[in-house]
Amino acid sequence: MSSIEQSRIRNFCIVAHIDHGKSTLADRIIESTGLLTSREMQAQVLDNMELERERGITIKAQTVRTIYKAKDGEEYIFNLIDTPGHVDFNYEVSRSLAACDGAILVVDAAQGIEAQTLANVYLALDHDLDVFPVINKIDLPSAEPQRVIEEIEDVIGLEAQDAPLISAKNGIGIDEVLEQIVHRIPAPGGSPENPLQALIFDSVYDPYKGVIIFCRVMEGTVKKGTSIRMMATGAKQEVVEVGYFGAGQFIPCEELSAGMVGYITASIKNLKDTAVGDTVTDDRNPCAEPLPGYKKVQSMVYCGMYPADGAKYPDLRDALEKLQLNDASLNYEPETSIALGFGFRCGFLGLLHLEIIQERLEREYNLDLVTTAPGVIYKVHRTNGEVIELTNPSNLPDPSEIEYMEEPIVNAEIMVTSEFIGSIMELCQERRGRYLGMEYIEGARALLKYELPLNEIIYDFFDALKSRSRGYASFDYDLKGYEQSSLVKLDILINREEVDALSFIVHADSAYERGRKMCEKLKDEIPRHLFEIPIQAAVGGKIIARETVKAMRKDVLAKCYGGDITRKKKLLEKQKEGKKRMRQIGNVEIPQKAFMSVLKLDDRK
Amino acid sequence: MKNLEIYVHIPFCVRKCGYCDFLSAPADQDTQEKYVQALEREIRGRAEEYREYQVPTVFIGGGTPSLLGPERMGRLLDTMGCCYRILPGAEITMEANPCTVDYDSLVQYRKAGVSRLSLGLQSSWDEELRALGRIHTWQQFLDTYGAAAAAGFAHINVDLMSGLPGQTPGSYETTLKRVAELEPGPEHISAYSLILEEGTAFAERYGAGELLLPNEETERELYGLTKHILREYGYQRYEISNYAKEGCECRHNVGYWTRENYLGFGIGAASLVENVRFRNGDSLQAYLEEPLGQREQEHKLTVAEQMEEFMFLGLRLTAGIREQDFSDTFHCVPEQVYGEAICRHVAQGLLAWHSSVAGRYLHLTDRGLDLANYVMADFLDPLVV
Repeated sequence: MSSIEQSRIRNFCIVAHIDHGKSTLADRIIESTGLLTSREMQAQVLDNMELERERGITIKAQTVRTIYKAKDGEEYIFNLIDTPGHVDFNYEVSRSLAACDGAILVVDAAQGIEAQTLANVYLALDHDLDVFPVINKIDLPSAEPQRVIEEIEDVIGLEAQDAPLISAKNGIGIDEVLEQIVHRIPAPGGSPENPLQALIFDSVYDPYKGVIIFCRVMEGTVKKGTSIRMMATGAKQEVVEVGYFGAGQFIPCEELSAGMVGYITASIKNLKDTAVGDTVTDDRNPCAEPLPGYKKVQSMVYCGMYPADGAKYPDLRDALEKLQLNDASLNYEPETSIALGFGFRCGFLGLLHLEIIQERLEREYNLDLVTTAPGVIYKVHRTNGEVIELTNPSNLPDPSEIEYMEEPIVNAEIMVTSEFIGSIMELCQERRGRYLGMEYIEGARALLKYELPLNEIIYDFFDALKSRSRGYASFDYDLKGYEQSSLVKLDILINREEVDALSFIVHADSAYERGRKMCEKLKDEIPRHLFEIPIQAAVGGKIIARETVKAMRKDVLAKCYGGDITRKKKLLEKQKEGKKRMRQIGNVEIPQKAFMSVLKLDDRK
Repeated sequence: MKNLEIYVHIPFCVRKCGYCDFLSAPADQDTQEKYVQALEREIRGRAEEYREYQVPTVFIGGGTPSLLGPERMGRLLDTMGCCYRILPGAEITMEANPCTVDYDSLVQYRKAGVSRLSLGLQSSWDEELRALGRIHTWQQFLDTYGAAAAAGFAHINVDLMSGLPGQTPGSYETTLKRVAELEPGPEHISAYSLILEEGTAFAERYGAGELLLPNEETERELYGLTKHILREYGYQRYEISNYAKEGCECRHNVGYWTRENYLGFGIGAASLVENVRFRNGDSLQAYLEEPLGQREQEHKLTVAEQMEEFMFLGLRLTAGIREQDFSDTFHCVPEQVYGEAICRHVAQGLLAWHSSVAGRYLHLTDRGLDLANYVMADFLDPLVV
């Protein structure tokens, strides 16, 4: 690869707040350059996983290489690296950014800068990327490009006067964006002669090729036959193939050298050997230092997953194994519950990650699951000096053995319009937030800074935020650390039997309220039985709340004549269907969804 | 020769009662006449198909069939008699509302062939009747009842309802007694719990918080009163909602619960013939134009479905289902396909076996009858090989 050609590579990504048009712009760039014709384009080509398409967000990072013939007559290689768009996947985003030399910042002309716009652009600037802004959705009647340009200059400090004004949806202004990619994003540095140093920013498991490593070569060259070593995990292999991507297809080539973005396959069986953020080097001529920024992936949220039908346990185990093949951030361990039998304690990056995995298990692997309440990891300091990381509330030691407990706290930034500041501050207070400060942003908006306990925001904080701000609020957070807190275990007893799967760690001050709400919710969820069912919440053996499901004494259809029979059958069928999605706990049948639904407890509308 | 029961639907009423979700509405004389003519066409049109059956019962229901008047009813029954093999002594029931008949018309109805009368009373209290939207008073019912007896009707059923707005155990008990003590006493009483059906005026008012119904406790108490009181007067509960003096059960309805074949004429009328269910569509206009072309929702019952129906219909009868009948029909015993469910419900005291000279019966216990739906849901999906 000659240095002239290296000067015509552009490695970049697109950063934006959710729904500001990142994926649409990516599609237009691909469409306008030489790879796919417009007819071959399916909307949002990069989101090639079905689930992603449904939710409209990108989950798995993908990369595309295209050729652009610029106005100066030269051909440029564009490596567009796609990045996940949700706060759960921040680490992946940062590694994808590290693979780039520049970034396009897309801002919605109507919405302007939002919490994740800032989060992502700061991340990009922190990685020393050259960022240039693009104002999208100018076709909207509420678009105010000039205001947004000013906002960008004031808040972020980026030059925005020459920002292309585009409508990705309608294909307007794309040419200008392509030109600016050529002129504003630097060519990559690095020398092909230096020892190999390549950044892994993603990897995928393929049943035929083994693990496919997506990387950006910083220095050196890699080709078929190179003996590579993963510097953090220590895994070593011989390269089988190198190449680059053309929208979902792997195209092999001779070699990848400094400045290039592509893939490496090396008969690697285990995804865990190729950690995101790790450095690939030549085992026979290694580089001196690994690339900075590598971090071991940390799960934030845990829950229990159990097969509804105990006999399907092996199927669940196999499914989790397969999912983990392509998701290094998913971890799981077997566990048992008295109430639910054999299952797994699973760790996720966040609630969205959990929901995605759950849906995939149900849809792709056809598994009927009972999921327990998601919780965070608590640190329990025992009287004997031992410190436990608690992922399952049922494992909480007896209170007499606990010195104190710590819970994870996050730094949160919430962007909200002025009229809702009060309501949002109230919400944060309710969730035991600590106010750090507030910044006013142009256009009657404010950025609120709070420290919040992670367990107060993992469930419905986002929904509550949206509903109190009529959809305008946005937020971003990252882990600050652990702090001591007054925590208790809330137990739920159904028909006087403790149901371990419903146990909950909660702050002592909220125990009563939570307990009461859970009993109410369960009372609505649990169908009537032939006997009365008491539902109780307890802390340390003391009952703090109670509801009762009355016994069913009459369930009969008064009239059933000739014309009623078909309808009657439908009624009975519905009753029968209802019985199916039930979990037997002692004498009581509890609907599967009850285990999760007790979490939707914010009743402010 | 096989049996075929006949049902005719007359979808006309003076006024819709607040709780009613049947297919019925007010209609003028012209429409009624056209409808009867359409019915006759349908009756004649299907005669060939059902030549090989004998008809033990005919039921004319609605709406308020008595709105047709004896002349039209006579025509209808004549046509019926010509086209189908109506057995001598067949039970021919007609539903009627007080105020829509008098002594003269009742005599005519008898002449026309109606052998059994079903009168809609619902309650003996005028306030309760008004709340329901009924067109008559207790006195008017008494007049009608007296006229029916005088006209020679030996077989009369009275419909009652419990769980009505404003009803108390006291008021209901009085209604039950007043009806049981009529001279001569009716041979048959149907007592239904009020059900709020979607789309009815009651359901809407209840939803808007404007209708006060007895609470769950009271409703159950009222429902329980029925069998206690009526038993004292010699009425046997033979089905969940139906009570009769010995030997006076409604043969037509028993046919529904024992899965006899039946053919329905008129809009919305349902049929079951040789394990195929079908019905006529609901549209009056369409029926008037093409009475023979409204058949819809035809469905051939699988063996599993037949078993399900055998159970959930048969168990409505307090005597329950006869083991021998099940095995004659399906060539296996109930335990083979429903063993687990039967065991469980027997253990819970909802089902019981009873042996008599007539055979071995599986039936719902008193408590089981109250929770019939709960038990019946388990008779879906039999283990059919």
